[in-house]
Amino acid sequence: MSDSRDPRTGEPIPEMCADPKSAENSPRPPARQALMTISKATYFKEAALKNLFLVCACVAVAGVALIFLFVGLEGWPIFAKVGVFNFLGGLKWYPTKQFFGILTLIVNSMLAMIGALAIGGPLAVGTAVFLSEVASPRMREIVRPAVELLAGIPSVVYGFFGLVMLRPIVAHVFGGLGFGLFTVWLILAVMIVPTIATLTEDALRSVPDGIREASYAMGATKWQTIWRVLLPAAKIGIIDAIILGMGRAIGETMAVVMVAGNARVIPDGIFKPFLTLTTVIVLDMPYAAGDHRTALFGVAIVLFIISMLFVAAIRVISRFGKEMS
Amino acid sequence: MSDKLPSHVVTPGAGPAYDHGDKFKVEKLDFFYGGFNALTDISVSIKRHAVTAFIGPSGCGKSTFLRCLNRMNDLIPGTRVEGRITLDDHDVYGSGVDPVDLRRRVGMIFQQPNPFPMSIYDNVAYGPKLHGVRKKSELDAIVEESLKRANVWKEVKDILSRGGLTLSGGQQQRLCIARVLAVEPEVLLMDEPCSAIDPTSVQKIEDLMAELKDRITIVIVTHNMQQAARVSDYTAFFLQEVAGEPAHLVEYDRTASLFTTPKDRRTEDYITGRFG
Amino acid sequence: MQSRERMNKRATNAVALTVIWMAAIATVAALGTILVYVFVNGIGQITPSFIFTWPHGVNMEGGIWPTIQATVYVTGLSMLITTPIAVLAAVYLAEYAVQGRLVSTIRFAADSLASVPSIVMGLFGLAAFVEGMGMRLSVLAAALALSFLLLPIIVRTTEEAIRAVPKYIRWGSYGLGASKWQTVSRIVLPSAMPRITTGVILAAGRAMGETAVVIYTMGTMINGPVSPLDPGRTMPVHLMLMAQEGINMPGAYGTALLLVLLVLGFNLTARYIGRRNRRMQG
Repeated sequence: MSDSRDPRTGEPIPEMCADPKSAENSPRPPARQALMTISKATYFKEAALKNLFLVCACVAVAGVALIFLFVGLEGWPIFAKVGVFNFLGGLKWYPTKQFFGILTLIVNSMLAMIGALAIGGPLAVGTAVFLSEVASPRMREIVRPAVELLAGIPSVVYGFFGLVMLRPIVAHVFGGLGFGLFTVWLILAVMIVPTIATLTEDALRSVPDGIREASYAMGATKWQTIWRVLLPAAKIGIIDAIILGMGRAIGETMAVVMVAGNARVIPDGIFKPFLTLTTVIVLDMPYAAGDHRTALFGVAIVLFIISMLFVAAIRVISRFGKEMS
Repeated sequence: MSDKLPSHVVTPGAGPAYDHGDKFKVEKLDFFYGGFNALTDISVSIKRHAVTAFIGPSGCGKSTFLRCLNRMNDLIPGTRVEGRITLDDHDVYGSGVDPVDLRRRVGMIFQQPNPFPMSIYDNVAYGPKLHGVRKKSELDAIVEESLKRANVWKEVKDILSRGGLTLSGGQQQRLCIARVLAVEPEVLLMDEPCSAIDPTSVQKIEDLMAELKDRITIVIVTHNMQQAARVSDYTAFFLQEVAGEPAHLVEYDRTASLFTTPKDRRTEDYITGRFG
Repeated sequence: MQSRERMNKRATNAVALTVIWMAAIATVAALGTILVYVFVNGIGQITPSFIFTWPHGVNMEGGIWPTIQATVYVTGLSMLITTPIAVLAAVYLAEYAVQGRLVSTIRFAADSLASVPSIVMGLFGLAAFVEGMGMRLSVLAAALALSFLLLPIIVRTTEEAIRAVPKYIRWGSYGLGASKWQTVSRIVLPSAMPRITTGVILAAGRAMGETAVVIYTMGTMINGPVSPLDPGRTMPVHLMLMAQEGINMPGAYGTALLLVLLVLGFNLTARYIGRRNRRMQG
């Protein structure tokens, strides 16, 4: 054991701190310092920190549980009262007359989502392919920030833009008031572009370069490489991206409420006003009471479950994709 | 194997003759990555105040073995060690032993120079600060002394506040050596320290190893046999003979003997360049 | 025969690449149209008195100061609540967690939280904080509800930032006898800080523009909140109500522009930090 201790820190001075010259002149027995065991203080500090971080990570789990608990407690009675089947399968939503059927709303939400996907999906995937395969670095420097900024624009601004600019144009070209599915599709299509484009680009980028080169080396054109090699290789990632885009479209509220026109029927045309799962909450919440209010929380439960199903679908598909490859 | 090497026998030019006792003693070490047995039955003694080189073809486990000595492998989940390693006769893997304190005493240099993204000064001062040195004047002295010992002081003394990552690869590696020296380790483990840097810096690092070894025990993993022959006093040759089988220690001897009269035919084949 | 095939191949290639170009152009054009439209219509409104005075009258003429105050307040408060928790959660996931049931549960929860529609989060805030915990409509209730929305965003960007720190640098620190926490706090987090900051700023931009969550948790009352238990109306809520009721459209344009400018500012700051960092390290 070395007896020499640093006067300031109180730590043992390792042997080679000693003056090398004196060591050379008079070889001393070298240090035989014992290995320090983990001090209780250090052990508890590190363990405490780790547990603190774990608790923080579990806040996410707690969040999901709390949402289920609070929204569920508020909304559950409506399922009990009118029955799950009548609630989900009923066509009539006339809360003041005790009709609490949300099938119309579910169908409308789906219609809005599918149309948005039909327009926004190709737009987003095309943009992603552009960014990852076609664009020069300079073009990329323009397009990528544009995609990021689209993601940053608040949904209320999208709605406002749809209301004051897009709606009059739609009304002018197609007649009517301009409220309705068509306008909603256009707005939602732009809103889901960043979600889908960013993730699709990631998926394309993670395809190894060797695969591209192999395809080009076989005389394939750029498009053949993209269509026959890259898109199939990035398939799982693109499907994930599209599902996330679907989630975004179905959960979108403020942009939709401002251009949907909000009539309580299944629309008989794409230029007719309609009401969705999300917009009904915004419109009815200010005056809803009693069962009506409970029913709105019931709608929120349905929305929450739909969004969780999308997340679960992504997980299953990703796992499936991993097993495939 | 250590019995073959009486501790009083000293290779000419191998530094001061006052102590070549065992710094590390490794007995029947087996190492596992999960279910895979990567190293088997390694027994070796590493001499104090000497340079020991580990050579062998790539993938033969010499780096893995090196990382057992300061328990860096603990950081990889699913690894396991059997057998015994002692540092100054104290069990490195003994119950309750603090790997953090062990690593302060057994410093390590990596293949890839890895300065922290902070100034040159802060890079070197990082270790002493961790271990409680606070006073500016003291830190200044440690930083200067360490950079001098690492043979890099002249190049960086006027740019201490510049980022460590702005240096050339070879300078970065010497900065990393200075950073380790600043915590006054007893042993310096070097994992192919010269494989990613320019020849001038290689020369400087080899020089400083010779200077350092009268105070520090040095273990170097290298795939460069000339380097092993130039810098080391003892050499250990590792080999994984069949893929999927564990690697083992083939021969361990004074460098001069191992390179001139290898006892094992596999060693001879390797050093004469017949494989690997 | 063969040459026709080759021509077809070339023509298809040219057409397809044109379509891809058009998709990218359409995306940029959509952004450009929105920005130009909001800018042209709103720029005339943005005056010091619009920004710094209170609205008055039934048509909400005058300025929008209290809504700016409420927006900044609720955003700041929710960032204060979320950032430490999210960063530490990310430290756990990136540095400490061992793959297993617990971690996959945490990730599934974070993904779910990230995809909860904001209207659902609004109703949750109403049920849990406003009514359940008796906070009434308040900045605090809104900040808490927003926190759940922002948490997964910041956790993800922070975790990516931490994972991007090369393992070699960590080894350097461990090799000097640093403990795990010393390595994380003195080496890993500082190295990842620019990217973490970028993520936090982007999340703040998201919080600022959020409407559905705050409308049910801090209400629509025009009020410059001082205490966290005060209610208030944020800019997005103000914009939505004015637009829906069709009152004071100039004010709505001005609010929209100001909101877009704020969010743009946040985005550009975040990009600037990310870029400067890349240059410094590269």
